Amino acid sequence: MLLDISGLRKAYPGVVANDDVAFDIAPGEVHALLGENGAGKSTLVKMIYGLVQPDAGHMRLHGRDYAPTSPKDARAAGVSMVFQHFSLFEALSVRENIALGLDEAVAPRTLSDRIRTVSRDYGLPLDPDRLIGDLSVGERQRVEIVRCLLQDPRLLIMDEPTSVLTPQEVETLFDTLRLLSKRGVAILYISHKLDEIRVLCDRATILRGGKVVATCLPRDETPRSLAEMMIGTTLADPPVRRAIPGRTLLKLTGLSLPTDDPFGVTLSGIDLTLRAGEVTGIAGVAGNGQDELVAVLSGEALVEAGMIRFDNAPIGTLGPNRRRSLGLLSAPEERLGHAAAPEMSLTDNTMLTGRVRQRLSTQGFLKWNVAANFARAVIAQFDVRTPGVDTPARALSGGNLQKFVIGREVMQKPRVLVVNQPTWGVDAAAAAAIRQSLRDLAATGASVLVISQDLDELMEMSDQFAVIAGGRLSATRPAGSISIEEIGRMMGGGEAA
Amino acid sequence: MIRLEPRLAPSRTMMWGTPVLAVIATMIAGGILFAILGKNPVEAIWTIFVDPILDPYSRDELFVKAAPLVLIAIGLSFGFRAGIWNIGAEGQFIVGAIAGAAVGLAFYGTPAIWLLPLMALAGMAAGTFWAMIPAFLKVRYNANEILVSLMLVYVADQLLRAMVAGPLRNPAGFNFPESRLFHDSAVLPLLQGMPGLTQYTRVHLGVLIALILVPLAWVLLRKHVLGFNIQVMGSAPRAARFSGVRPSSIVYICLGLSGALAGLAGLFEVAGPAGQLVPALPQGYGFTAIIVAFLGRLNPLGILAAGLVMALTYIGGENAQLDLNLPRAAISVFQGMLLFFLLGLDILVRYRIRFGARGIAQ
Repeated sequence: MLLDISGLRKAYPGVVANDDVAFDIAPGEVHALLGENGAGKSTLVKMIYGLVQPDAGHMRLHGRDYAPTSPKDARAAGVSMVFQHFSLFEALSVRENIALGLDEAVAPRTLSDRIRTVSRDYGLPLDPDRLIGDLSVGERQRVEIVRCLLQDPRLLIMDEPTSVLTPQEVETLFDTLRLLSKRGVAILYISHKLDEIRVLCDRATILRGGKVVATCLPRDETPRSLAEMMIGTTLADPPVRRAIPGRTLLKLTGLSLPTDDPFGVTLSGIDLTLRAGEVTGIAGVAGNGQDELVAVLSGEALVEAGMIRFDNAPIGTLGPNRRRSLGLLSAPEERLGHAAAPEMSLTDNTMLTGRVRQRLSTQGFLKWNVAANFARAVIAQFDVRTPGVDTPARALSGGNLQKFVIGREVMQKPRVLVVNQPTWGVDAAAAAAIRQSLRDLAATGASVLVISQDLDELMEMSDQFAVIAGGRLSATRPAGSISIEEIGRMMGGGEAA
Repeated sequence: MIRLEPRLAPSRTMMWGTPVLAVIATMIAGGILFAILGKNPVEAIWTIFVDPILDPYSRDELFVKAAPLVLIAIGLSFGFRAGIWNIGAEGQFIVGAIAGAAVGLAFYGTPAIWLLPLMALAGMAAGTFWAMIPAFLKVRYNANEILVSLMLVYVADQLLRAMVAGPLRNPAGFNFPESRLFHDSAVLPLLQGMPGLTQYTRVHLGVLIALILVPLAWVLLRKHVLGFNIQVMGSAPRAARFSGVRPSSIVYICLGLSGALAGLAGLFEVAGPAGQLVPALPQGYGFTAIIVAFLGRLNPLGILAAGLVMALTYIGGENAQLDLNLPRAAISVFQGMLLFFLLGLDILVRYRIRFGARGIAQ
């Protein structure tokens, strides 16, 4: 065995993140680590990569005791990691970024040559002299992978590597990983995309509540059986529902907004019609204008009045609270710090967006009792696990906070609700609950706009469908009239056939 | 082994406990400082912290000193909560005093009940105007309000000197750089006869107004949407924008409010204890109020308590200078230590100290 782990335990104040975890990885094996958010996947790989030290248990690498106290130790022993969030400097070149991540100094020219060699060998085309800021997300990931490969690792840890890639880019990545595996490099692959794991991985270890609950051969399992192992219960099929669209509620016409942020996206010529009773899905790779579009719809960014019409009235120049009183509500992607104030209580966070529509104030004086009751109602209705309404938002797990954020908007009975990445980083059970609540909302005659990078989610939920790429929105198509391959091409910036 | 371990949630006990601990730590460190200076540390600490409370005349002076500190600190606390750092309250205090004095002198000899309110309005308007300069520069040009407001303190100080040497100088004052003494209706009435005060008290109407403002500020902060928006702005600016708060309006409101209260404090000082405009009027209240604001946890009720503690170090410090020949600078060091210990001990709000080996929490 390459890596052999037994009895690993790690506790943080108030939570046991890993308890008696044992599994092993053979050389050249692609091993999946599966689990809901909070199941302990991150803690486990952080211990393997030397970022945190276990409280108890043993790790053996190549048959020798392995107890890294820093990532540098881990790399010296042949363990590398590609993180979900890249640590790259946009203003520096590929070579400079890689040099910064190496443990030993290498002459620039030698390094450039080695980058070219490695990237050619593994089918990861990369020009050492290009600036990171000019690269696509897929290319940036290549930089991170090449940086790891230069250290000649025996075990490569990949944390949710496909969450930012188009379907075509995923294929390229998988080719590289298979090649690495053929050459004897073991890969520990963390993901909750079950289809990918079934295609790519040789074995899977499933964590739940910090413990290993199953080890299986993913090829012999169905996505459904894997998901059920992850959450420990059986899943119900979503009801099939195709709405007959009602009248137009929100209409964007030629919506454009130049950005003043050097890394922002300029929105140009966006047309979109949202009708009552309908769920509209917008797909796209992160950083293609999704955040900007949400800001324009929520009222955080203002445009010409006529570019946005609500019930045929121009509202492009109205701020967030005026839009809320009309019934246009939104839930941004970033839960902590944008959709909710992390240090403030759930009651405070209810006041944050509920004040106008729920009449939580009179003459500017706040009715805290009413706000607390509304917060309690959201918590009860959406099964938010929290000690109470005085708990700060930061103390909630990602899934619980997301349920709170979505619930807070849904329970204000919006006429149009815009949500960005509603189930990002949320466990399967919470994600299913959130999707169901959004569908239920549409069934009551509201219009729901879901912006997401999760194609399966969009396919499951949407009545109509569009793709955003480079700040432009494709024409909407009825769901079911478009294939995953076609969507993939459009996400990469190509036009639909 | 001693380790710091993050708490699950900030400790409310420590939030109010650390100011008390900071005062105690200041007493200890101050005692060591006085011992090094060759004074009896216990006697010095007693003179500074206890004697003023026991002596009725000093007790009155405590209120007179605390009032401007509390007024200014309450204004500052709103901005500090929103992440807007007005360091120039001293300047706003000075221009408030100048403007109020100018109105009082313009109506010299007019026995009118409306004169004091007019002076107060002038003082607040001037303080607000002075604070609007950094506010405008911040909103329009993203200039750092810390630097701009601080530099305007020195401009205000020069303005005061120019005024007492020029337009506002006492015509019958032998060219001394000071204004004439205000006539009766331009001087704040004293609260003689109030229970608990001495016969010769210098406690004036301004002290009462400062006291009334404490609960009003608390209501504004806790019960009004403006206070809520200010807190969200400081805690999570993006969430504030999402909720519909315009950052520029919060900048204007916070700086304006702190400027108005500092200006009012300046007017109270000139129309109260001073009774005339003199170059020595500013005594650093605007700067000390920053310590008071943090010592009081940016909470109006806490600020009231902190203002009294800080006033104690002023009065006690003066007594210590007279009785024990302590140098004036020692008292400034003493006040500085208080802020230092408070900021240092603040870590206990978010972390707990653990002794011994790494434990496993359950």
